Amino acid sequence: MSRTYLPVLLLMGFVVFNAILMIGLSHLTMRSRPTPVKQSAYESGIPALGEARERFSVKFYMVAMLFIIFDIETVFLIPWGAYFRNLSCAVPLTNGLCPSGQVSMFGLVEMLVFMAILIVGLVYVWKKGALQWD
Amino acid sequence: MLLQQVAATTGHPLSGTVADWMWLLPLLPLLGFVLNGLLAVVSVYRRGPADPAAESGHGHGAGHEAVHADPAHAGAHGTHHHVPPRHKFAGLASIIGPAVLFAAFGLAVSIFGAMSGASHLEQPYVQRYFTWMPVGDFRIEAAFQLDQLSMIMVLVITGVGALIHLFSVGYMRDDPGYPRFFAYLNLFVFFMLVLVLGASYPVMFVGWEGVGLCSYLLIGFWFSDKANADAGKKAFIVNRIGDFGFLVAMFLLYANIAALDFVGVSQRAGELAPAIVTAICLFFFLGCAGKSAQIPLYVWLPDAMAGPTPVSALIHAATMVTAGVYLIARSAVLFALSPVASLTVAVVGALTALLAATIGLKQWDIKRVLAYSTVSQLGYMFVGVGVGAYAAGIFHLVTHAFFKALLFLGSGSVIFALHRAYHATHSRADAQDMRNMGGLRRYLPWTFALMWIATLAISGIPPLSGFFSKDEILAGVFARAGHSTLAEATWLGIPGGPLLYAIYGIGLFTALLTAIYMTRMMLYTFHGPNRTGETERSHLAEAPWVMTLPLVVLGILSAIGGWLNIPEIMGFLGPPQWLHHWLDPVVGAPTLAVTGGEAVHLAHRTEYFLIGGAVAIAVVGILFAVVRLKPARLVTKDQAVPERGFARVLANKWYVDEAYDRTIVRPVVGVSRRLLWTVTDKWLIDGLLVNGSARVTSFFGRLGSYLQTGSVSTYAWAIVLGVLVVLGAFTLR
Amino acid sequence: MRFDLDRPLELTFALAPDLLLIAGTMVLLLASAWGTETAKRQRAVGRWSIALCVLTLAAVIYMWWAGHTATRGAIAVDPFRWATDVLILLGAILAIALSMDYLERERIDVAEAHVLILFAVSGMMLLAAARDLMIVFLGIELMSIAVYVLAGLNRRSGRAAEAALKYFLLGAFSSGFLLYGIALVFGATGSTNIADIGAAILERGLTTNAMLLAGVGLLVVGLGFKVAAAPFHMWTPDVYEGAPTPMTAFMAAAVKAAAFAVFLRIWMEAFPYLNGAWHKPLWYLAVFTMVVGNVVALVQKNIKRMLAYSSIAHAGYLLVAVVVSNFEGASAYLFYVFAYTLATMGAFAVVIALAQTGERGQQIEDYAGLWRVRPGLAAAMAVFMLALLGFPIFGGMGFFAKWYVLQAALRPPSQTNLAIWVVGTSLVSAAYYLYVVMVMFMKARPAEAPSPLKVPGMTRFVIATCAIVLLVVGIWPRPVLRVARRSLPQLVHLSEDLPRAPAPPR
Repeated sequence: MSRTYLPVLLLMGFVVFNAILMIGLSHLTMRSRPTPVKQSAYESGIPALGEARERFSVKFYMVAMLFIIFDIETVFLIPWGAYFRNLSCAVPLTNGLCPSGQVSMFGLVEMLVFMAILIVGLVYVWKKGALQWD
Repeated sequence: MLLQQVAATTGHPLSGTVADWMWLLPLLPLLGFVLNGLLAVVSVYRRGPADPAAESGHGHGAGHEAVHADPAHAGAHGTHHHVPPRHKFAGLASIIGPAVLFAAFGLAVSIFGAMSGASHLEQPYVQRYFTWMPVGDFRIEAAFQLDQLSMIMVLVITGVGALIHLFSVGYMRDDPGYPRFFAYLNLFVFFMLVLVLGASYPVMFVGWEGVGLCSYLLIGFWFSDKANADAGKKAFIVNRIGDFGFLVAMFLLYANIAALDFVGVSQRAGELAPAIVTAICLFFFLGCAGKSAQIPLYVWLPDAMAGPTPVSALIHAATMVTAGVYLIARSAVLFALSPVASLTVAVVGALTALLAATIGLKQWDIKRVLAYSTVSQLGYMFVGVGVGAYAAGIFHLVTHAFFKALLFLGSGSVIFALHRAYHATHSRADAQDMRNMGGLRRYLPWTFALMWIATLAISGIPPLSGFFSKDEILAGVFARAGHSTLAEATWLGIPGGPLLYAIYGIGLFTALLTAIYMTRMMLYTFHGPNRTGETERSHLAEAPWVMTLPLVVLGILSAIGGWLNIPEIMGFLGPPQWLHHWLDPVVGAPTLAVTGGEAVHLAHRTEYFLIGGAVAIAVVGILFAVVRLKPARLVTKDQAVPERGFARVLANKWYVDEAYDRTIVRPVVGVSRRLLWTVTDKWLIDGLLVNGSARVTSFFGRLGSYLQTGSVSTYAWAIVLGVLVVLGAFTLR
Repeated sequence: MRFDLDRPLELTFALAPDLLLIAGTMVLLLASAWGTETAKRQRAVGRWSIALCVLTLAAVIYMWWAGHTATRGAIAVDPFRWATDVLILLGAILAIALSMDYLERERIDVAEAHVLILFAVSGMMLLAAARDLMIVFLGIELMSIAVYVLAGLNRRSGRAAEAALKYFLLGAFSSGFLLYGIALVFGATGSTNIADIGAAILERGLTTNAMLLAGVGLLVVGLGFKVAAAPFHMWTPDVYEGAPTPMTAFMAAAVKAAAFAVFLRIWMEAFPYLNGAWHKPLWYLAVFTMVVGNVVALVQKNIKRMLAYSSIAHAGYLLVAVVVSNFEGASAYLFYVFAYTLATMGAFAVVIALAQTGERGQQIEDYAGLWRVRPGLAAAMAVFMLALLGFPIFGGMGFFAKWYVLQAALRPPSQTNLAIWVVGTSLVSAAYYLYVVMVMFMKARPAEAPSPLKVPGMTRFVIATCAIVLLVVGIWPRPVLRVARRSLPQLVHLSEDLPRAPAPPR
């Protein structure tokens, strides 16, 4: 089994080696002459304005969190879709097909339940006003 | 009844008879205890906070019994002369208290009837009620056992107990703690019945401890006097030493044969190694020495006279103190296997009998004379059971219960009369000092006559009961001195035969002393001129009938009690050896084991000679006392000259209490104060262990809470550390 | 009946109480979103939540009574699960009842609090049922996330926010270890099913497999964090102190019960043959937890912190049941958790009743002379303290709880040293439990001490119920004990699929 994963290991080794090499080399070769301009944060050429640690409105986080939740829903749909054929059959598939009379609603109902739960969540956040910006 | 169904043991001749009701025997006094106890509690509750001083200050039936009567308390009598009101529940208590005893006695008699009618009673009738202590495969059952021995004990306890309860109705008449008294007394009878009915050593031990508790409660019944409370404590503490022996003996039995019920022990006793048997028996005897006041633990019994006189009669003469004798008779199977232990019992019994009798010669307190007499007679009983004459020991136990109860109740009657007289005249004189008595035969004719019967009985004058039982013991000793396993054994290097003859000699000499001190007591109390006082004399009178009636019954029993066991050579008097035959299923085999397999037989001529000698000695003792003592010359305590020489040693009870105080009590107190309290308790335990360990733990606690910085990263690092440790523990090995 | 867990319908029925609770909870979630945030609505949702819990309880008891079993699958259907469910629901009902009064007093009109408790309970019930490490993880996360939010329920309190954040961060951290442990175990045995893992270890002789052992070690860490075993306990005092008191009570009682249930099930079913590997580490973990909990509790001045350390100590006692991992341990766990839930809930209820608004008045010294002003509360608190101490009669069930744990430890192969540690640390615990009693009964109440607020009805009900049940069962423990003895986990791989065999020597 170990042989199968050898390329992965090699890749990981290379990445680590490369990172150490580049940072190490620049450390060894550089000469440190700091100036205030060099020390300032790089903002694509625009002079930095104030602190980077600014307080954002909670609304941004709210949206981000809601996005992640519903994003995961979408992500979850992909494996479900890939496995849907198997889920919809009461017996193991033969040649990728379900024997007649064995088709079940299981996969569909499962996803409907999952969606229902999410919809409850959506209704809740909606009702709570989390989707309103103002 | 449910209990009966549980207990029904099929196949025993007694099952299905009235003997099935034996559980009711102890239950009746327990019921009495509960009811009387409720009365006592309710009355205290109604009266507000308990005030013991108020309770005893009112003057109980014989409040002056305390030898060192509290002056303030006695003064209270004198200054407020009034008729103290009886306890408001006195009527109810005086019905309940004796009634449960009479009911129990009635039941006991009918069970006795059933037993007499039944045949094949070789095995005890055991009733199991529930499992008390299941310990692995071993279980201790809460079970009662009825056999011939416990039957006799039950009859004595309920019979004599009922009479003494009746007597108490009069004696305690005006006591403010009236229901409490009957509650304790009933509780005592309950525990005593548990003691004799218990089918195993642990159940017996429950009764054994219970009667000890009741004894403590009743000795200190008038607890507001420190002397009484101290006497109670002394009895309790001394008995703990004995109980230690009892416990160790039980542990040894369990460890060696894993049986603690009497049936099991008697079946398996043979498996015990001789040294173990001797150890078990000696430890049991230590228990007996505590409970039955034998050397070296007898010192509590004379002090126990601080309790009310009916208590002295019931607990400290007739029943509880004989529990040791019962224990040895019950364990006869074990004692028969150990000649050394048996001889120890006999020797200690004989020495106790002699020592107590000598002290009895010089006591002035009437109850103390009787107390030492009790110790002495208990010594006789131990001589009996010690030499393997178990039936004789029990016989003396029964007759002694009759005549000593009579003597105590008689002395109670005397004290009652004197107390009433002194109370009427506000005198603070001691109602128990014989020097304040004299010539009472004119005032207390019934008591006088009945106490003489008892005195002659205890002295061994035929045909009174004491003659037969004492003769049985002495004959038993003499016979076994000639031929028995004991005679062949050696005891501390002394051959058993001569030792037994010496015990016999001591027994005879003690009989002489008994006759002398008892006659002395009677002469000083009832004969000669009266020394009570001029004014008091007119108040002396016989007690009410509730007190004299028990005396009469006990007098009859003391007179004819000997018929229980008439020697064979006196077969003309009636059927011989009844008690002996009755007890045969219980103690017959051990008796035979001691005598070497054959019944003891003295030649008739020898026996006549022994009896003649014993009677002669008793007569000589009485005559000696009558001739030598001059009641007319006796003076009261304040005019008396101090005793001198040997008499002084006797009057001071051989200085045994003082010796104990010097050699045991004070060193122990000193060690505990200087070493145990200062070093161990204050410094080591309090300082080092308690406070020290607290300090150390709270140090670590504070250390732990310092680590609790409140910073998440510390906590995360702690988790990481934990992960490393756990992973290390799991993977590195 | 015997459920075939491969059939969706039967699986649904096997999960019926859990599904009932989840469905009801979602309805309540929507209900709490409608209308304005008022105390009235909060109480209404609370009442409905209790009703839902009672309904679920009925369903659980019906399932229990029906005596269903199931095939080897992701869900266990056995009395142990139902008994644990009952304990969890009991804790939830008490916690909801307490929080109704508490939230009203603290003016936190958040009806979702009850809903979150219900969500946490769903997770716990999943844990009680879990026979698959994936379900274990699912349950733990469902429970934990809800509890994180509960800890920070009071948005006006900085302490509560701090507590919630700490709990969340460290909880996520430990979840990582748990998940990694699950992954390693899966890697070594090829299954996440607990029964299959046990069978694989036995069949393939994996008793010294390093990957498996590392996985087991990480599982110990993950579960140890949830039950607050030392050294994974450091969040406990901060979180318990900062969180709203009813939520603290809920955490101390129900979270611990659920985590221990799954701990026991995994250890009894998946790892019995690894006994040689985990016995020593768990032994030390138990002892260390007992020692740390009890010793540090000694110096606490705040009653909530003291109870937090006390809960750590109790986690140590309960770990004894895991260390022995036998049926006696399982029934001792059930009995113990019953007693512990009642005593903890009761103690925190008294803390709630005595606190002034804004969680002030929670120093132990504030209870001085309580006996004079609130004798009933003082007596109840004494019962709870004595129960936690394991004192006979007056401590009610507490004594028997500790007694059965000791008995489990002393069953052969007897763990005498462990039992000695239990007794010894219990002795230490007497110092701080009795200190509370001493302060309440024997110290004089300072003149300036504020008089305690009126105790609201629900809180009073909780206190009285806990005290009475503790005392009654303490006098008559037999029925409860009998139930605990019979409610054992069914070990599928031992009972059916494999012959009973000792671990093969390697």
